[in-house]
Amino acid sequence: MAASLARVATVPSSRSIPHIIYSDGHRQIQKSLSQLIEKEINVNVDEWERQSIFPAHTVFRKLGRLGVFGANKPTKYGGLGLDFSYSCAISETMGSIHCGAIPMAVSVQSDMATPALSLFGSEYLKNEFLTPSISGELVSCIAVSEPGAGSDVAGIKTFAHRNNGGDWVLNGHKMWITNGGQADWACVLANTNNEGGIHRNKSLFCVRLDSPGVHRNTSSIRKFGMHSSDTAEIFFDDVIVPSANLIGEEGRGFFYQMMQFQDERLVTVAVSLEPLQRCLDLTMEYTRERKSFGKSISDNQVVQFRLAEMKIELESLRALLYRAVTERIQGSDVTLLASMAKLKCGRLSREITDTCLQYHGGYGFTWDCPITRMHRDLRLFSIGAGTDEMMLSIVSRHLLSK
Amino acid sequence: MRVLVGVKRVVDYAVKVRVKPDKTGVITEGVQHSINPFDEIALEEAVKLKEKKAATEVVAFSMGGPKCQEVLRTALAKGADKAIHIEVPDADASKLEPLHVARALKKIIENDKFDAVFLGKQAIDDDANQTGSLIAGILDWPQALYASKVEPDGKYLKVTREIDGGLDTIKVSLPAVLSADLRLNEPRYATLPNIMKAKKKPLEKKSAKDLGIDVTPQTKVLEVSEPPVRQAGGFVDDVSALITKLKEKGFIKA
Repeated sequence: MAASLARVATVPSSRSIPHIIYSDGHRQIQKSLSQLIEKEINVNVDEWERQSIFPAHTVFRKLGRLGVFGANKPTKYGGLGLDFSYSCAISETMGSIHCGAIPMAVSVQSDMATPALSLFGSEYLKNEFLTPSISGELVSCIAVSEPGAGSDVAGIKTFAHRNNGGDWVLNGHKMWITNGGQADWACVLANTNNEGGIHRNKSLFCVRLDSPGVHRNTSSIRKFGMHSSDTAEIFFDDVIVPSANLIGEEGRGFFYQMMQFQDERLVTVAVSLEPLQRCLDLTMEYTRERKSFGKSISDNQVVQFRLAEMKIELESLRALLYRAVTERIQGSDVTLLASMAKLKCGRLSREITDTCLQYHGGYGFTWDCPITRMHRDLRLFSIGAGTDEMMLSIVSRHLLSK
Repeated sequence: MRVLVGVKRVVDYAVKVRVKPDKTGVITEGVQHSINPFDEIALEEAVKLKEKKAATEVVAFSMGGPKCQEVLRTALAKGADKAIHIEVPDADASKLEPLHVARALKKIIENDKFDAVFLGKQAIDDDANQTGSLIAGILDWPQALYASKVEPDGKYLKVTREIDGGLDTIKVSLPAVLSADLRLNEPRYATLPNIMKAKKKPLEKKSAKDLGIDVTPQTKVLEVSEPPVRQAGGFVDDVSALITKLKEKGFIKA
């Protein structure tokens, strides 16, 4: 039975039945990307994980040359001008990288730090920051979270006030910033007035991280997983931000950021599908080969049923994602669907990696077993891009407000 | 110089190939396929020549079932200007032989002027290594096989070939047939913008039947079987134990 499960696992490029959201174009993009991942990235992942850092500029330039950062960005700035289904397809394939850190770093650049810039930024800002980020020349990060404000975005303390010359003076402390150590610029959310209330007093800025007054700390954060991810604390100490670096309108930052979050959630779900499937594949293979009490581990019905159940859950998550992506392309507000999918993704990431680790027995508890890295890395999916609890509160609010 | 490049659709090199239960061939249904890696190298060389202005046009060619269009689209995304698909029904595709492909190439070259045919030295599925020599023979063109370096030189191509014990440098007059070896170049990845642009490049489809190409098989596959499973090895303590073992097994003389 485990054997037949394995056969439905992969969706080959040459399938003749049309995919529900992916065309041949999506397939070709995925194939080219997975070739690059296999030859240029996966061969180095173990070393980068050991060193607790991956060379973001080198990797981003390679990926940028291929075009992964700009699927749904305007062609004028080097993007492809395609719909969100292409972002989803690219994210799914990014999941075939053998660690969680690099796909996360990439989605920070393509779907978290740049969407507001692309939609609301001035011509000047887009030329300055968007174009080189799409090409992979620049590395970016999104600086929203703070020691006292994670899920509670509205509660940030970072503040920017105008000086006499009309430029902004930025002060604050940002925490858990992915790509933060190596990034050339940050999309920073800061309070910019005291009048508008917590939802109307914020603005987004493009801030060069080589500006005087920017201090970064990468050494003190030792993480449970995502080892090669570059996680930093960033301090802004009277940093002068030119007035031209404000994204869109002053006071609209909170709304722009909430909008960026929807894509972040969908992309996170898309990135999780490949590693979760890989967990199941590895476990099916291992439990078939590993003998105990004269039979394969997978001969036990409890193992078969658990694998079957997890596969069903994973395919349900995939279906929910594809529905959310379809509705998003049609222009609907997908906050509810994206939150549901993101919650399911976090929960399933824990369930599948934990169960698969269990079925690997003693080997499953070793550093060399590929399941353990996925167990550590995917654990973040219940926390990052909105915690499970935040997703539950969004979904329940939607339900009960009707 | 107009270059015609053959790209064959084969089971991807990373796929673990499995034999069909009835032993008539290998399982291709639901299996990842790609351009034959050696053909990819041939294509890359042609595209590079075009970038150096040594070639004016690169046309990709594939013969086989309807899905060959996938590899042709990839070839277009990697820099070919247009593509020609000689279609045969899926049932016949697995029985195509190098001679059939060489005949099809000849038809194309009769209808349209080309200065060179670039191919991979062999395909990774049947490893026949025949198409290049066959087409050179049929057309009576010079051949430069197993190329590891190609330098255009007016009406000639200077080609370095990898041979046993060294390198062989030859000069062939155009038109000529060239087959690419592994170290000729490192093929580029198809970039996403180019994949999208390739959708608009022309892909001409012709049926082998309309062109009057005879694809009657000349060989019959009797049986395809898995290679024997490697037996588990054993450990010996030292060299003398190893020699004793080898003698015991009769691998070295007592």
